[in-house]
Amino acid sequence: MYNVVIIGAGVIGNFIARELSKYKLNIAIVEKDSEVSNGTTKANSAIVHGGYDAKPGTKMAKFNSEGNPMFDKVCKELDVPFKKIGSLVLAFNDEDMETLKELYDRGIENKIPNIEIIDKNKVKEMEPNINDDVIGALYSPTAGIVGAYELAIALAENAADNGVELILNNEVKDIEKIDDGYKILTNKQEIKSKYVINCAGVYADKINNMVAKETFKIIPKRGQYYILDKSASYITNHVIFQCPNKFGKGVLVAPTVHGNIIVGPDSQELNDDQRDELQTTSDNIEYVRNTAVKSIEKIPFNKTITNFSGVRAEPDTGDFIIEESQDAKGFINVAGIKSPGLSSAPAIAQYVVELVKERYDGLEKNKDFNPRREMIVFNELSKEKKAELIKKDPRYGRVICRCENITEGEIVDSIRKNAGATTVDGVKRRARPGAGRCQGGFCGPRVMEILARELNKDIEKIVKDGNESNILTGKTKS
Amino acid sequence: MLNYDIVVIGGGPAGLAAAIEAKKNGINNILIIERDKELGGILQQCIHNGFGLHVFKEELTGPGYAEKFINELKSLNIEYKLDTMVLDITEDKMISAINTEDGFMEIKAEAVVLAMGCRERPRGALSIPGTRPAGVFTAGTAQRFINMEGYMVGKKVVILGSGDIGLIMARRLTLEGAEVKAVAELMSYSGGLTRNIVQCLDDFDIPLLLSHTVVDIKGKDRVEGVVIAKVDENKKPIPGTEKLYECDTLLLSVGLIPENELSSGAGIELDSTTNGPKVNESMETNIEGIFACGNVVHVHDLVDYVTEESIRAGRNAAKFIKKELKKDSHTINTKAKDGIRYIIPHEIRVENLDNTLDMFMRVTDVYRDAKLVIKADGEIVREIKKKHLAPGEMERIKIPVKDIKNNNISNITVEVQGKVK
Repeated sequence: MYNVVIIGAGVIGNFIARELSKYKLNIAIVEKDSEVSNGTTKANSAIVHGGYDAKPGTKMAKFNSEGNPMFDKVCKELDVPFKKIGSLVLAFNDEDMETLKELYDRGIENKIPNIEIIDKNKVKEMEPNINDDVIGALYSPTAGIVGAYELAIALAENAADNGVELILNNEVKDIEKIDDGYKILTNKQEIKSKYVINCAGVYADKINNMVAKETFKIIPKRGQYYILDKSASYITNHVIFQCPNKFGKGVLVAPTVHGNIIVGPDSQELNDDQRDELQTTSDNIEYVRNTAVKSIEKIPFNKTITNFSGVRAEPDTGDFIIEESQDAKGFINVAGIKSPGLSSAPAIAQYVVELVKERYDGLEKNKDFNPRREMIVFNELSKEKKAELIKKDPRYGRVICRCENITEGEIVDSIRKNAGATTVDGVKRRARPGAGRCQGGFCGPRVMEILARELNKDIEKIVKDGNESNILTGKTKS
Repeated sequence: MLNYDIVVIGGGPAGLAAAIEAKKNGINNILIIERDKELGGILQQCIHNGFGLHVFKEELTGPGYAEKFINELKSLNIEYKLDTMVLDITEDKMISAINTEDGFMEIKAEAVVLAMGCRERPRGALSIPGTRPAGVFTAGTAQRFINMEGYMVGKKVVILGSGDIGLIMARRLTLEGAEVKAVAELMSYSGGLTRNIVQCLDDFDIPLLLSHTVVDIKGKDRVEGVVIAKVDENKKPIPGTEKLYECDTLLLSVGLIPENELSSGAGIELDSTTNGPKVNESMETNIEGIFACGNVVHVHDLVDYVTEESIRAGRNAAKFIKKELKKDSHTINTKAKDGIRYIIPHEIRVENLDNTLDMFMRVTDVYRDAKLVIKADGEIVREIKKKHLAPGEMERIKIPVKDIKNNNISNITVEVQGKVK
């Protein structure tokens, strides 16, 4: 019997797990996929928003403005890349300028520090590649970029280091109320817990409906993106937004924490049964491209290294749903966490911990809690540190991924950690081999070899991502 | 810190030929740095034959071709480091590299030969729509799995792109028992060698769909099918022509890109057409003493030409060390005109030429009964009749030095005259 079971190992679930592991609780995360961070968390803009956008008084406004300043500390503790590079919302006409003023006023009400409306000259001075027809911008210096899936993975690893159990490959099929809590039925087993926290992302409504009345619906909305090679990084140093419209914050152009450029997303409402449909489509990707060039005309799309899409969990209530269910005590919904969900995650986690604490008299702190999760990034070390590290462990002297200079040592680390990688994509999201310009052409076979060796598996059993995503189909004739 | 006269980056065919030639020209202190576990580069996975017809006048396999050079290298006692990655090269030829045995190394070179080769364009570079399942491989990665590791990558295969590696892999997969359903090519002509189309597709009844492309990839975990559509003259898919091919594998042979991240880091100027360094007659880049050869400069279709070009780079690197390269020679620029995509070299210092000026180039289209016209300052110096010209087949022109040395010409242009097929 667990004290708390969290359903869903995305950034929200993992953040809550990690914060709860600061207390003496028996906690588990139940995840349907073979890896953590495999849903919306792995496929979004990875922006820590300034917080001026959300309507004052909403949960979105509250948690975004509280969450943003919390990133410095948690990213430092967990060795997660985070850069406070600031954002610009561009205006190209008088109507846009009106919108900027509205956003500015909201920002003031949301208590967002140092936002200002700047004129064309200042915009061009900050970002010379922005199109000449810009007339002004809203500058938010506290906006930032973060490694979104890296953060979720680091949180899971740190939570696991602090005693949280990670139950992967378990899809929740039903939840029953029992005397002292809940019985969760997965495709593999029965799990009992006093409290259940629903962080199931695009499936959060389905999970809620297993145990409580339907009070909200999740509308899946897909967004598609481009990632450009690092050699395109000169085009901008800030997160560049266009004025928000009814479809959301619109298409952005921004650096990523690894020095690439991200362009996207569009917003396409999907049917109820399309929540897993992560394909990219030529019409939408073209729309992204044609919209992005309104901000920066000369985006070098010929440097594209990949496209991807993500499905966002839009709540039909218009705001985050973070509360104990009315008709299922001890069942807490953390649902509808669309943008600015990532930016809000640290504050949401803290708030949920308070909800749990209120229900536990005299909850004890976990004195052994270790906030640190270390991560070696060989390429970022000084030459002295590089030399020292290879001396200590020669595996850091063997480069596996040539595009990103990722060493065998880093790949082995990513597999051996608590909640470590078990798939090729899992290694890629932790240590980045295959995330560069050749997208794993050279290093793919070698990453598979290392995975097979470390997991003591036959190389033919190594999968890309899902359990059926085998890469090899047998031996050659010989 | 280690010191060498010449450091060659890359131990594939280009690096091997350059190092051997430099040694033969009297330079003893040479190091080759290779990132793989063995020398020979991508040749080691090219187990088909057809290599060496020009250089050795015989048909060798890739590993066979490499072996000849590796044996010679060893008999000449040229030093090399395997499993070693260069992290950085500076303008003043300081190289930092790592491996498991020596750890972090700083190496000072008097001259550097860049021979890093090229990589394949991945799916992302084409923005092919669809899901992102397992089963999408570049042709070279599949070749490595099959020929080096002994594993199959799929049972029912569609290949996008008719570059040579794609064609070779169509045959290889078929011989291994897979069903290759089609090779789709965006262009109206194949990017591969004619002999490969005949021997790898026609002989196995594999359809080549010209002016077709992949417009969708289906499947959640593993590829379940791809949708191929015909494209119009602007290479846009024509609605209504889509056809689903059920398959578990999509192989991509959609182009190669020279690997020049180290070159850019050193401040070497690149040509935006070739994506390789701009070079002069001696295969020297804009940084004195840094030479480049092989696929890092421009993508070749025959290894024999890589060898030829790299011998030139090695010989001139040796000359540079011996201070025999003339810097203040009269200089001619080359320029690609109508129908020519690029010319190597970009710049010719006439005094450094021996007997002939060797130029490599590619045409932009398929031509029948055409001619290559070489002009010096607008005056025709030479016309070469060509029955057939195609972007997939590199052209080499040799011009006797006497034809250009006499007068002080400032540019040489090449153009195609004839009909686009």
